[in-house]
Amino acid sequence: MTLVSPTTSIAAALAAVRPGATLMVGGFGLVGAPLALIEGLLVHPGARDLTVISNNLGEPGRGLGRLLLDGRVRKAVGSYFTSNPDVVAAYEAGRLEVELLPQGTLAEAIRAGGAGIGGFYTRTGWGTALAQGREERVIGGEPHLFHEALHADVALIRARTADELGNLVYSKTARNFNPDMATAADVVIAEVDEVVPVGALDPEEIVTPHLFVDAVVCTGVAR
Amino acid sequence: MTVQQMTVQQRIAARVAPHIPRGAVVNLGIGIPTLVADHLPAGTAHLQTENGLLGVGPTPGPGEIDPDLVHAGKLPVTARPGASYFASSASFGMIRGGHVEVAVLGALQIDARGRIANWALPGKPVLGVGGAMDLLVGARTVIVATTHTAKDGTPKIVADATFPLTAQRPVDLVVTEAATFAVTPGGLELVDIADDHDLAWIRTHTAAPFR
Repeated sequence: MTLVSPTTSIAAALAAVRPGATLMVGGFGLVGAPLALIEGLLVHPGARDLTVISNNLGEPGRGLGRLLLDGRVRKAVGSYFTSNPDVVAAYEAGRLEVELLPQGTLAEAIRAGGAGIGGFYTRTGWGTALAQGREERVIGGEPHLFHEALHADVALIRARTADELGNLVYSKTARNFNPDMATAADVVIAEVDEVVPVGALDPEEIVTPHLFVDAVVCTGVAR
Repeated sequence: MTVQQMTVQQRIAARVAPHIPRGAVVNLGIGIPTLVADHLPAGTAHLQTENGLLGVGPTPGPGEIDPDLVHAGKLPVTARPGASYFASSASFGMIRGGHVEVAVLGALQIDARGRIANWALPGKPVLGVGGAMDLLVGARTVIVATTHTAKDGTPKIVADATFPLTAQRPVDLVVTEAATFAVTPGGLELVDIADDHDLAWIRTHTAAPFR
């Protein structure tokens, strides 16, 4: 953890993204998605052959949907891709590999990955098409499925406010997967609207403590 | 608005509302379930949406829309006094952990045991599941809100589902514009017939046995 410079450029922050990397990208649809960082990936030569862990793959031509159309994504891991017809088309054309997880299993796999847990058992999905090939175990009389934790090389997240240490506060339902992903990658880059001095945030309101955050890119005004 | 003037979707939602206990924490799925909120007396339920809000309020007026404030269907909402925001892992902890009392979900099919299919179509690539499977295993009570038949008029309530099941767990209640079925260990039990329908219609349009 280094002290945040409110002037870190998107290009400098994204240097950590190398070909073949696994990325976590926050957001629920476009809400809470780090759109400026995603734009930055489009002009970053290292951003290719990517595995993207994200609830969705954006919308047609927007957010992660642009990265897909630009041919940068090899594999998508998430819970709901049908809202972007481009994902369906890429999958059917054999250009995109998809791993589909129930949304709660996706969230917990990310949480576990950030918390040093190797995997977990859940009742969700047992006895469905998504159970194929998964280890089963009966716990408390109920069948469960095993899922391994998820971890990424780089997480791109969005928050409302960072302080100069990298402590983060989110905005409403734009929080979603972002705090979980902040814990589960080797390098965590946060896109924020504003950066405030250390001490300006109430310790009780900080959602992501700074030790999880490696770089902050400010898309608004620094105060 | 009289019952006759309501769309079939609104009539179904109105028939679900009396089954929501006062003060309950409720998750409403996309589609007809979302409309249930319009039929709950203000403040009588705490609506949870899995993208991270407990205390969903009414749809904002024009000019009051906040792009950071949406429900799981990605449409704008408001937050009621007493609302809270949380991360996705905490939200699904609430759901799987049995802290959400009622989930109202849509369905493509309901089988004779009360199990539902609501996430995938046979023969199509399976690329979306969202929170449906988590809600089905985790909510303490699951109510299905659905039209009695599919758009082509075929029954949705069938002996054996031909669409992929969302969970092995049966739901508790199936509410359509025509009928309400309770799911019991012995199968489907007809507990209510809507005023504008009769038993003969229900028999013709239901392809699973019921009592």
